[in-house]
Amino acid sequence: MTATPEAAKVTVERASERELLVTRSFDAPAALVFEAWSRPELFRQWWTPKSLGMTIVSCEMDVRTGGSYRLEIGHPAFDSPMAFFGRYLDVVPGERIVWTNDENGEGAITTVTFAEAEGRTTVVISNLFPNVEGLEEELASGACDSMEETLGQLEALLAEPN
Amino acid sequence: MQKLNHMVHYNAAHLDSSFSALSDTTRRGVILRLAQADASITDLAQQFGMTLTGMKKHIGVLEQAGFVATEKVGRVRTCRLGARRLEQEAAWIAQYRQLWEARFDALDDVVEQLKLKEKANDRDA
Repeated sequence: MTATPEAAKVTVERASERELLVTRSFDAPAALVFEAWSRPELFRQWWTPKSLGMTIVSCEMDVRTGGSYRLEIGHPAFDSPMAFFGRYLDVVPGERIVWTNDENGEGAITTVTFAEAEGRTTVVISNLFPNVEGLEEELASGACDSMEETLGQLEALLAEPN
Repeated sequence: MQKLNHMVHYNAAHLDSSFSALSDTTRRGVILRLAQADASITDLAQQFGMTLTGMKKHIGVLEQAGFVATEKVGRVRTCRLGARRLEQEAAWIAQYRQLWEARFDALDDVVEQLKLKEKANDRDA
């Protein structure tokens, strides 16, 4: 294990009430990093890291403007795999990929940009949610002991008929 | 392609003081509203279509639980997010960063493979 160099640090910032930005730089040209994002057999190798206990059950991606994707992800805690799907609104090889997240109705628009300088590529992921609630839900869903999640479960339990 | 980490761990300490505060739709709405900008109790009462007294009660519950802080200037009581809420957001962002760190570490490996392959191709060419 080598220590994470400063340049490979991930920053997460809330750019506005409904936009989250994630930034990280990679020691490779933009064309290569783009390739890892746009070829399904490569994408599935990293999108659900093993440490999270998830597996990609299926992965279909047609990464071009107007194309679509469908991803099924399994986790021991899920009864059946969760499906994630949407459309690619704008794809420029080596520069950017813009997609919709349609699994929960009107979801965020994800824009990934690849900017190369001196052989390194900075990747910026913007998730722009239709409203502030969408962003809050997204953040809460990533938190293991998120209160909303727990309360949501409790609420669901309470709502069940006796 | 986002909501991945839906593991639920009950946290009793959190629940005790927070459940009643967050169990109400209006109170959750007030928190989200205050995440955008501070507001007076009068503004909030108007926006949520309720009496001043009703909104004061809700704010009281949220303040008790640390989700909202209020300050009275002159005759206007202004509400903003409390420390607890900000801590929660910071915790959420830390979790979110962890997800992406794990992803990007795996992406590094994939990119490394591609670089090696490209080098090998250059050599063979």
